[in-house]
Amino acid sequence: MAVLVDKNTRVLCQGITGKAGAFHTRACLEYGTRVVGGVTPGRGGETAEGLPVFDTVAEAAGKTGATATMIFVPAAFASDAILEAADGGLRLIACITEGIPAADMVHVRKTLAGGPARLIGPNCPGIITPGQCKIGIMPGYIHKPGSVGVVSRSGTLTYEAVWQLSQRGIGQSTCIGIGGDPIIGTTFVDALKLFEADADTVAVVLIGEIGGTAEEEAAAFIREKMSKPVAAFIAGQTAPKGKRMGHAGAIIAGGKGTAAEKVAALKNAGAAIVPSPAEFGDVMARLMS
Amino acid sequence: MKLHEYQAKQIFTRYGIPVPPGSVVTDLGQVRSAVESLGGGPAILKAQVHAGGRGKAGGIRVVSSVEEAREFASRLLGQKLVTHQSGPDGQRVSALLVEAPSSIAAEIYVGMVIDRGVGLPTLIVCGEGGVEIEEVAARAPEKILREVFDPGLGLQPYQARRVFLRLGLERGLMNDFSRILVALGRLFVAEDCSLAEINPLVVTKEKKVLALDAKINVDDSALGRHPETASWRDLSQEDPREVEASKHDLSYIGLTGNIGCMVNGAGLAMATMDTIKLHGGEPANFLDVGGGATTEKVTAAFKIILADRNVEAILVNIFGGIMRCDVIAEGIIAAVKEISLRVPLVVRLEGTNVERGRRMLEESGLTLVTAVGLADAAQKVVQLARSRRK
Repeated sequence: MAVLVDKNTRVLCQGITGKAGAFHTRACLEYGTRVVGGVTPGRGGETAEGLPVFDTVAEAAGKTGATATMIFVPAAFASDAILEAADGGLRLIACITEGIPAADMVHVRKTLAGGPARLIGPNCPGIITPGQCKIGIMPGYIHKPGSVGVVSRSGTLTYEAVWQLSQRGIGQSTCIGIGGDPIIGTTFVDALKLFEADADTVAVVLIGEIGGTAEEEAAAFIREKMSKPVAAFIAGQTAPKGKRMGHAGAIIAGGKGTAAEKVAALKNAGAAIVPSPAEFGDVMARLMS
Repeated sequence: MKLHEYQAKQIFTRYGIPVPPGSVVTDLGQVRSAVESLGGGPAILKAQVHAGGRGKAGGIRVVSSVEEAREFASRLLGQKLVTHQSGPDGQRVSALLVEAPSSIAAEIYVGMVIDRGVGLPTLIVCGEGGVEIEEVAARAPEKILREVFDPGLGLQPYQARRVFLRLGLERGLMNDFSRILVALGRLFVAEDCSLAEINPLVVTKEKKVLALDAKINVDDSALGRHPETASWRDLSQEDPREVEASKHDLSYIGLTGNIGCMVNGAGLAMATMDTIKLHGGEPANFLDVGGGATTEKVTAAFKIILADRNVEAILVNIFGGIMRCDVIAEGIIAAVKEISLRVPLVVRLEGTNVERGRRMLEESGLTLVTAVGLADAAQKVVQLARSRRK
C-alpha cells in the first residue's frame, strides 16, 4: 500500500492557474493521479485543466473530497497557502515552491506541529507512489512500482537514483522529496518511520547533503529503530565551507554539517554507504540480494 | 545577504542597541571631519569588508591624530584586504568605519541564528568574546549558552537574565545587558536575519555595555520585504562570477579545480563534483542551471565557466526529467556553436528522449564526447583534463 499516497488519494493544486501549476496538474493527471480541483483566490468558479477552480481550500476540499494538495504559489504567498491547506482540513501538503523566507517556515512549522496535517517540502519535487499517485514535479516514467522507499533532500539527484533503481528492475514503494530548505515539514526521521512501518517497503534509499544535522538524526533512528536495510548517499563531499550550494539549506556553517560527519554517522548506524552517485543501483541490488 | 559592520550598526541603533560613536568614510576627504567629530583622536579605523579576521590582517588600527588616520586610510581605501576568511584574492575596502575607541573591561560573544533542528531562533552567548565561536564550541562546548525563543513572542527578558547570571558579570549590569539581548531578538525577527552577531559585546571600564562589532546576514529569500536593506548590497564584496551567474538565474560557486561543471539541480550538481573528485579530478565550480536549461541559460553558463582560466575541460551532466533531452541537446549545440569552445567537453544526458538527444549531439559535428552514466562521464572528463596538462 506504500506510504502517504495511493491510487485513491484525491488531490488539489493550489496555484493551478499559474504556469507551473497548470503544467504539472496536467502531468499529474496524465500519470493517473486523481487531481480533483484547484485553488486560486479570486478565480473561483472558473475551470483550469478541465478541473473546477475554487477561491478557498476549505471550499475545494468540501466539494471535491480532496485530502491532499500540491502548492505552486509564489514564495511570498506560499506560507499562507500551506496554513490555509492545513486549516482547510487537508492531511497531506506538498509544497513545491522554492525561496520561502525561513521566518515564514518557522511560523508554519510551529503552527502545524502536533496537528493532523503533514507537510512535505517546501522546495521539493513532491511525493510519488509509482503507478498510483504522483503529487509534484518529478518525471513519472522514470519510476517503477516496487518495494524500495526513497527519501531525499534533492530533486534531480533523486531522479538519478530512482532511474538507476528502475533500470535494474528495482521498483519503488514511495519516493518522498523532503526538500532543500533549512526548515522543512517532513524530515528524514519522519519518512524512515513511515517506511519502517510500511509492509510494502523492504529497503530504503536515503539521499542527504551538506548542512544541518538531519542526516545525523536519521542515523540515530536507523541505529535504534530501523530493521530494514538503508542505503545512504551524501552529496557535497567537495563543497567548500560557508558557501550555499544552490539549496538554501546546503551550507556548511561554523564548520558543522560536512558530508564527512554525516557519512560517518550513517556508517556507524549500519547504513550501507553509496560511495558514488553512479552506484545507487549497485548498492541497492547488493542489499536486496 | 551579508551587511557591512557600519550598516549592521545603523540597524542596531534603530533598535536601541548601543554602539560606539562614529561615522563611515568612503574617501580620504571625509577622514578629517570624521576624526575631528570624535575630538580629533584617538580614533579606531575599521576596514569594511565582508570577511572576519580584519584585525589580524591589518584592517583595524587605533590612531591618535587626523594625520595618522589619513595615512592609514590612504593605504586601505580602494585596496584589497586579505584575511583568513576573504580568500587569497582578498576583498576591496570601499569604506572605513571611524569610531571612538572603548576601554574594555570584559568581552562577550552574542549571536543569533535559526536552529534548524528545533526550527526556532536561538540565542548563543559565550563568556569569551572577540574569539571565534566555532573554535570555542569545539574546544569547550560547555562554555556556550543557548536560549531558544518563539519569534512571535521574542526573546524574553528572563532568558537574557538567565544567560547573564551564568556569565558571572557584575550584577548592576543585568538590566542593560538584558535590554540589549531582547532588542537583538526583536531585530533578528523583524529584519529576517539568518545571522545577527555581536562579537564582542563589551563592558567598558565606565561600566557601559556596548556592541563593539556588528554582523548581520539577511535571509536572501526575505529581501523582497526589506527594500532598503536590499539596496545596501555591496557587489564589490562578491565573486563577480557569482554575481554574473545570478543575473541569469544560475547558481554558481567558484572553486579551485580545473574541471568545469554544468548540471541541472543543486543536489545532482554537488554529486557530480563529488564524482569528479572520486575519479581523481578537481571540480572548478558548482553550477546549477536549474530545471529549464534553455539555450540562453546554457550559453550564459558556458561563458561563466570559461571565464575561469583554470578550466581545462567541461562536464555537462543533465538529467532531463520534465525537460526533454532532445531540447537540452539543442540548447547545448546552439550554445557551443555560439561561444567557440576552447576546451574539451563531455556531455552526459539521461532521461526523457535520451537516445534522440545523444544522436543529435553525435551528429552535430561538434567535437564533444558523449558519456553514458555518471561514472563514465567523470572518467572521461578527468582523462581529457589530464591529457591537456601533458
